[in-house]
Amino acid sequence: MNETYGLRINGRDEQVREAWLGESLLYVLRERLGLPGSKNACEQGECGSCSVFCDGVLVNACCLLAADAVDAEVTTVEGLGAGSTPVQRAFLDEGAVQCGFCTPGLVMAVTDLLQRTSDPSETELREAISGNLCRCTGYGRIFAAVRAAQQGDAQ
Amino acid sequence: MTIARPRTVADALDALGALPGAQLLAGGTDLMVEINFGRRSPDDIVALRRVAELGAFEVGEEVVLGAGVTYSVLEHDLADELPALAAAARTVGSPQIRNAGTVGGNVGTASPAGDTLPVLAALDAAVTLAGPEGDRTLPLDAFITGPKRTAIRPGELIRDVRFRRPRGPQLFLKVGPRNAMVISVACCAVVVDADRRRVGIGLGSVGPRPLRATAAEDALAPLVDWDALRADRDAIQRAAALSAEAAEPITDHRATADYRRHCVGVLVERALTRGLEP
Repeated sequence: MNETYGLRINGRDEQVREAWLGESLLYVLRERLGLPGSKNACEQGECGSCSVFCDGVLVNACCLLAADAVDAEVTTVEGLGAGSTPVQRAFLDEGAVQCGFCTPGLVMAVTDLLQRTSDPSETELREAISGNLCRCTGYGRIFAAVRAAQQGDAQ
Repeated sequence: MTIARPRTVADALDALGALPGAQLLAGGTDLMVEINFGRRSPDDIVALRRVAELGAFEVGEEVVLGAGVTYSVLEHDLADELPALAAAARTVGSPQIRNAGTVGGNVGTASPAGDTLPVLAALDAAVTLAGPEGDRTLPLDAFITGPKRTAIRPGELIRDVRFRRPRGPQLFLKVGPRNAMVISVACCAVVVDADRRRVGIGLGSVGPRPLRATAAEDALAPLVDWDALRADRDAIQRAAALSAEAAEPITDHRATADYRRHCVGVLVERALTRGLEP
């Protein structure tokens, strides 16, 4: 039996209509609410491409039951700003994007890191993005983008 | 499908009574994967994320960890008090997974590779189950009955995991293909308990459920200098060899049984060396 329920995404109230209650938040974002920024790769919490904030906590949307998020504040990459945050600008400026598939998740993870720690060590940075798989860049440009974003924040 | 979203343990038990056979959902890092891949399609779910009392913990003479305590809380908030459990938590998945996954979920899923399980075994932890007839407490060893099998009964949920807080070094070591996002090939926990003059040795991913290397513990205890908290190299190597013998590993796509047994010997020797500086 399908049901209708409400979610709060990026500060807006959204209705999920006639949906199976077993759907993940990732599926609902992409297939029902027209928010494809969170990417679907592994659906098992391995790749980090669907990272979102749920009540301010960084989680994988594929591992969150959408119908259990009805009273949570969800922020997706679309809610960060259209390429305008220091992290997003730094990813563009430093060429930290190749195919781009992992980029939304990495932007979310790096945003989370810099919110928690203004001056992360190399080890903290590597650990913070250890759950975000990128198969193109080799991560070097991504590390450079994080450093640039930090400096951008400081200015 | 019906989803119950209780806010108290009492309401969660009522929901379990009203929805017989309902699946419990905590952090979602196990169950959602099964649902996403169509391996499981529960009729009903009792979602526990909102039950605030399950997220609480107390660290006194006794440590009580609510079932909803996340790996992130273990890693960040309890690293000084519970170093081995924090170290184990830090090796689970990614930050995203650790923000969601819970200690109750690790115990309830009872995967042979559950990283907190050898630590809880070495700590002599007990599991408190809340049920329609009240609470009952089982030693972890009695609760986990096999791979992904537990003694939980219909209508029950895991309320907390508890153990006496030992005085002495606590270590966790794990072997996997890399340091993040990996399932254990083998792992071990060493808990030095200066008050009871015992060294708990827990083994993970090398048997159908978490194991205690009791022969190694029995051999080691009388050889420890309990005032200095030291043991000599021979005693440590003997305990490591006995631990490797205690393992019950299998060969699978992650590693061979021989390699796993070898890992146990290396890891236990390393952990004991760090904990009991020969």
